[in-house]
Amino acid sequence: MFIRHETIEKNAFLMLILTLLVISIGGIVEVIPLFTIETTVEHVTGVRPYTPLESRGRDIYVREGCYTCHSQMIRALRDEVERYGHYSIAAESMYDHPFQWGSKRIGPDLARVGGKYSNDWHYAHLINAQSVVPESLMPHYAFLADTRLDLDDLTKRLKAQRAVGVPYTDEQIANAQADARTQTDTNADQKALLKRYPKAVAVGTGGTITEMDALIAYLQVLGTMVDFADPANENLRQ
Amino acid sequence: MPTKIEKDSVTGEMTTGHEWDGLKELNRPLPKWWIYILYATMAWAVVWCVLYPSVPGLTGYYHGTLGYSQRTTVDRDVAAVAKQRGTYMARIKTLPFADIRKDPQLLAVAETAGRITFANNCQPCHGAGGGGNPGYPALAAGNWIWGGKLEDIQQTLIYGIRSGLDNARQSQMPRFGADAMLKPAEIEQIADYVMVLYGKSNGDAAAGKKLFAENCVACHGANGEGIREVGGPRLASKAHLLGDDRATVIAQINNPRMGVMPNWNTRLDEATIKSVTLYVHALGGGE
Repeated sequence: MFIRHETIEKNAFLMLILTLLVISIGGIVEVIPLFTIETTVEHVTGVRPYTPLESRGRDIYVREGCYTCHSQMIRALRDEVERYGHYSIAAESMYDHPFQWGSKRIGPDLARVGGKYSNDWHYAHLINAQSVVPESLMPHYAFLADTRLDLDDLTKRLKAQRAVGVPYTDEQIANAQADARTQTDTNADQKALLKRYPKAVAVGTGGTITEMDALIAYLQVLGTMVDFADPANENLRQ
Repeated sequence: MPTKIEKDSVTGEMTTGHEWDGLKELNRPLPKWWIYILYATMAWAVVWCVLYPSVPGLTGYYHGTLGYSQRTTVDRDVAAVAKQRGTYMARIKTLPFADIRKDPQLLAVAETAGRITFANNCQPCHGAGGGGNPGYPALAAGNWIWGGKLEDIQQTLIYGIRSGLDNARQSQMPRFGADAMLKPAEIEQIADYVMVLYGKSNGDAAAGKKLFAENCVACHGANGEGIREVGGPRLASKAHLLGDDRATVIAQINNPRMGVMPNWNTRLDEATIKSVTLYVHALGGGE
């Protein structure tokens, strides 16, 4: 050995340098692969930021702790795929901060619940789940239908989302209030909203916007953004 | 540097050779079996990284020599079970309903597939066994809004009702009260007549009958028997979509509630939809 152990032990500076060298090897092994982690990110077409109303609905979903009983992650296993539909892909929750994958299923998975039931059903079911599903264990959320949705800070909320990487455009932020109102009135012209946010589902018929409206709008878009029949998503086809 | 490796007089073991102010340390190396397992796990980690997807590269991740992917696995599993069911499902898909019903074995398969699919997808609204819920028609009762023949049920399942698809079943009840088409008193009179149709009242309700003839018969039929071509529900019956009390009827005439059934063609394949059709048809109301 050209450097004897004794030399290192008796020379604090040399020991420091060599210690740093050894630790940096460990660091490099862990850090270097992350430089190209972007190349492993799967890009799919169709995923868009939530509409202002859906985004508020998602806040309510989180606030009420829906994730404690409902997962949003269809695992790539046959029985899951047969029951819930196409397995979830990471890109589908790319604008979720934080994602709602969950790990507990007291209720069913909700990753593809969008469009499965009508708006009316969601109203009835959230107000009193047992009225439509007698064996259900779900608590009643009737108060959501009586609680006015706070829209005052909508613009700030979207800006906050943008700050953490959700690509809301200036146009989307400027129209936040209007979009929320449009989406809660099935009789209103949805064209501009759908242009900004394809596949958004209108709920309610105008009037007071409730938290229930927001939550249902969110539920109705879950899992519908990615069109697995789209040729651009061919590699995901089952 | 260890300079004085010696045998400890008490334990008979060798020391490490270091000495700190008279304190010596016994040389107790890690057990061989333990250290070899540690080395083996290190080696295995390297092998594992080579066999399975591990590190990201410049143009995507390293796929591993085994080419393993959970997606391929699930695709294979789904394909395997589809193949298993294939013989039956392919026949369910291609054969007309009449032929499926002639083959008891095939019919049993279809109704089983239908029952399972129904429980997952249809039961939340239509109830177990198609018993119905307020606003969601009972399927076992034979009180069809859009028709109870196999082809009718299949059509409803594929495209849905007011689902937004072009081929969806569409009907719209005017908002007689909300749009001031009728006066509140007139609506009450019609409701009185509807109560007669429901068999809950035996008054003559002549005024209501006249208004009914003027406003309602185009969809609900001259005697409230319903017109399936336009999706006008039958009123002269004891089973009702929303409830049979007078207040519900008045509310419905004022500002009608109109249900939506999703289209299932994007969620279920053709053979599965036919299976559900057969199951629903066999619930008790099929025509």
